[in-house]
Amino acid sequence: MTDDHRAERTPARTEDPRHHLAQFNVATMRFPLDDPRMAEFVEMLDPVNALADAAPGFVWRLVEDGQPDATRMRPAGDDVIVTFSVWESAEALWDFVYRSGHLESMRRRREWFRRHAEAHLVLWWVPAGHVPTVEEGMERLALLRAEGPSPRAFTFASPFTAEEAGLAPV
Amino acid sequence: MEDIDAIALLQDPVRRRLYEFVAARGREVGRNEAAEALGLGRTLAAFHLDKLVDGGLLEAGSRRLTGRSGPGAGRPAKVYRRSAVERGVSVPARDYGTAASLLAEAADAAGLDVELQEAARRRGRALAAADGPCGDLAGLERVLARRGYEPVRGEPGGAESGRDDRGGPAERTGEAGAAETGAGGVVRMRNCPFGAVAEAFPPLVCGMNLALLEGMTEGSRGVRVRMDARPGWCCAVAEEVPPAPSKNNDD
Repeated sequence: MTDDHRAERTPARTEDPRHHLAQFNVATMRFPLDDPRMAEFVEMLDPVNALADAAPGFVWRLVEDGQPDATRMRPAGDDVIVTFSVWESAEALWDFVYRSGHLESMRRRREWFRRHAEAHLVLWWVPAGHVPTVEEGMERLALLRAEGPSPRAFTFASPFTAEEAGLAPV
Repeated sequence: MEDIDAIALLQDPVRRRLYEFVAARGREVGRNEAAEALGLGRTLAAFHLDKLVDGGLLEAGSRRLTGRSGPGAGRPAKVYRRSAVERGVSVPARDYGTAASLLAEAADAAGLDVELQEAARRRGRALAAADGPCGDLAGLERVLARRGYEPVRGEPGGAESGRDDRGGPAERTGEAGAAETGAGGVVRMRNCPFGAVAEAFPPLVCGMNLALLEGMTEGSRGVRVRMDARPGWCCAVAEEVPPAPSKNNDD
């Protein structure tokens, strides 16, 4: 057997099901969401969210009551939209973000969003079944910005395992 | 084994053909399959395949190729796939990889996606002028092959926007032509020439790659490129453009 997960296409199933990966991201818009210059981004929202919902390893994403997404929630500022989701594994999240139709919106990110001088994406492990709160996401991002990557708040480039985060059973 | 020694293993023509055969399959290949495809004896094929494993160019595993299991299923067969490890030699020694990753890191931090895409599009135009015609799928395929993309014809036509059924490994990374649905040719690329830099900065480098391919195919009426990222493949896909309806023929 091979241990090449990218070729085997079964990353989510091989992960420890007791822990899931939470992802919280902020993005500062260049124009208001209803500005015509944001229209192509807005058009992508529903299909890309549907893609996420159907992606292997997807667990949960933040949705405002009565809305299809969370773009109207502005916990980090009036011009900052957040994305917030939970996945079975880092590989599952990576494959959705960078190896699916979602990459097309990432490719065009600078048409719609300002670059961030500070970290804008934070990852951390949660017990399976835990639904994280927006406050939790904001705290983890603040932690990453203040102290750099750690088992409690990390990035794709500097990942940590659930065990390192102290979540493995004793 | 040093890179130069590993690469030297490919000097043997039989070994090189075996390596290229396994690489082109994009999945695990058994000894019998490789021997038969290249018209070699099984023992000779096995010898060379194992040499390639020793050199780190292939990885070996074992698998029951019959699909049976339990008593009577037989001994698992040895199977081979291309190693993900990169090997390179430059004389005199050069390190463009470090330069590329540093430049990418700085460009990503500075938010230079659009500027990089513009530069890539210009370069693509220049490459097309130098590399030969990319105006139709076959021409583009030849240029992509020369540039190391390892183009593969076929693949499902209905896989856009993630609506594909996420089939098993053989369907998704195996023979691309098997699931061809008609409706114009499609070329997918098995290899990302920008490997580690693309892995580290996907939006920046995949956007650069697409712009490069767009520049190469600019002005072509027969072929277009677009992003369609999937695990294990280049993020871009090239496809034939169906002849325009008559009202657009004279534009």
